[in-house]
Amino acid sequence: MRASLINVQLLVALIAIGFVVGTLVALLQVYGGRFFGGIARIYEWIFRSIPALVLLFLFYYGPPRFGVSITPFLAAALALGLRSSAYQSQIFRGAIQCIPTGQMMAARSMGMSRLRSIFSVILPQAFRVSIPGWTNEFSSVVKDTTLAYVVGFNEVMRNARIISDSHYELAMLAFICVALVFLVLTAAGNGLMGVVERRFRIPGLQTPGASRGEQCR
Amino acid sequence: MSKLLRVEDVHKSYGTEEVLKGVSFGMEKGETKVVIGPSGTGKSTLLRCINRLTPADRGRVWLGGEEITHTRTNINKIRAQIGFVFQSFNLFSHLTALGNVRIAPMKVKGMGKAEATQLARTELERVGLADKADAYPAELSGGQQQRVSIARALAMFPQLILFDEPTSALDPELIGEVLEVMVALAKEGMTMLVVTHEMGFARAVADEIIFMEHGVIVEHGPPAQLFSHPEHARTGEFLNKISELYGETD
Repeated sequence: MRASLINVQLLVALIAIGFVVGTLVALLQVYGGRFFGGIARIYEWIFRSIPALVLLFLFYYGPPRFGVSITPFLAAALALGLRSSAYQSQIFRGAIQCIPTGQMMAARSMGMSRLRSIFSVILPQAFRVSIPGWTNEFSSVVKDTTLAYVVGFNEVMRNARIISDSHYELAMLAFICVALVFLVLTAAGNGLMGVVERRFRIPGLQTPGASRGEQCR
Repeated sequence: MSKLLRVEDVHKSYGTEEVLKGVSFGMEKGETKVVIGPSGTGKSTLLRCINRLTPADRGRVWLGGEEITHTRTNINKIRAQIGFVFQSFNLFSHLTALGNVRIAPMKVKGMGKAEATQLARTELERVGLADKADAYPAELSGGQQQRVSIARALAMFPQLILFDEPTSALDPELIGEVLEVMVALAKEGMTMLVVTHEMGFARAVADEIIFMEHGVIVEHGPPAQLFSHPEHARTGEFLNKISELYGETD
């Protein structure tokens, strides 16, 4: 089904939004002080509380009321991406906080600025620690892309509905196809993340096949 | 007087507890000074106040002509000139030994990768770890990790290196290799301020021993003088105790 490619496009867009915003929110929560940390926590609370469907409707029907036109794709990518960013932020926050404080101290003691230390020392380690939790979030948002059909987005699920509405006898077949598409997508995604995890494993610290608690001292 | 490092009346409190109650001393270029004293006397805090990892509440610190404690001083520029060796090494665990040594020259000084790599290899060789360049910290022994962290400090061509109990986290049989590197550095004329209980090291290379207790410097002087004629009974008592503990007799 060609429509599944559209789901993949939406997935890529929402994961990218979620990753970038999620990282920012996590950094603000850990290093942002009371003010920015507070804003980041409110943001996270809002986007983790509101059901995905409600967010989709808000992003699709909201902007036109202010005279801003929005495509179903953009509305879905933003709604689901920002929602995912709230979840991803907590994965990253946990990872950042389990990097020993000595790492930051050592970086600062050599004359690196705080921002430089975060990007050169803390995040490269935190992202590695995040991979297992992040894979989980990934396989959850893959399926969320089907929700986009409610805003008229032409993705797999919507196509399946169209088929099942017009040819009732094909309904089961259509939904089984949708299920297959997601079995493949999830397997491909997890496989890819497995490769990433192996590629970036730190020798001696992370043993193959198991993630040791040692990195979380 | 052009001292390399001047520490003047430094105070630091954590909550209601005053850890440093006015510490002053100076260091000439090329000197090695050893700071000793019971735990909880503020020795580590003193080192951290020097490079402002912990900001002092009162008092001033100068590196050469520049006041480190002044709020308008670019602290990153100062820190780039002061090496810091931690008790727990604090090597960056996602980088190889080589990566650890070359990261600061690259990211702080903007050195090119090839040049920084060359420099890092030289410094690793200096601490006897040329063959471990590609090993990650978790694959190295404690002694090797600490030597990498010394190489990491050296790669910035520091004016001064601060050592915060560099051998206290090591197994006894690994202490020697680290001290050996430090002794060589002292003899090459590196300026070093070392918090340690290794009296053998202090006797061998220290120009002065600073004995601290309860947040103040009780006494300071050349090792020979402190060992044979301490002015304060407490100094002699403490020296005897750690000499016993660390198997140092004469």
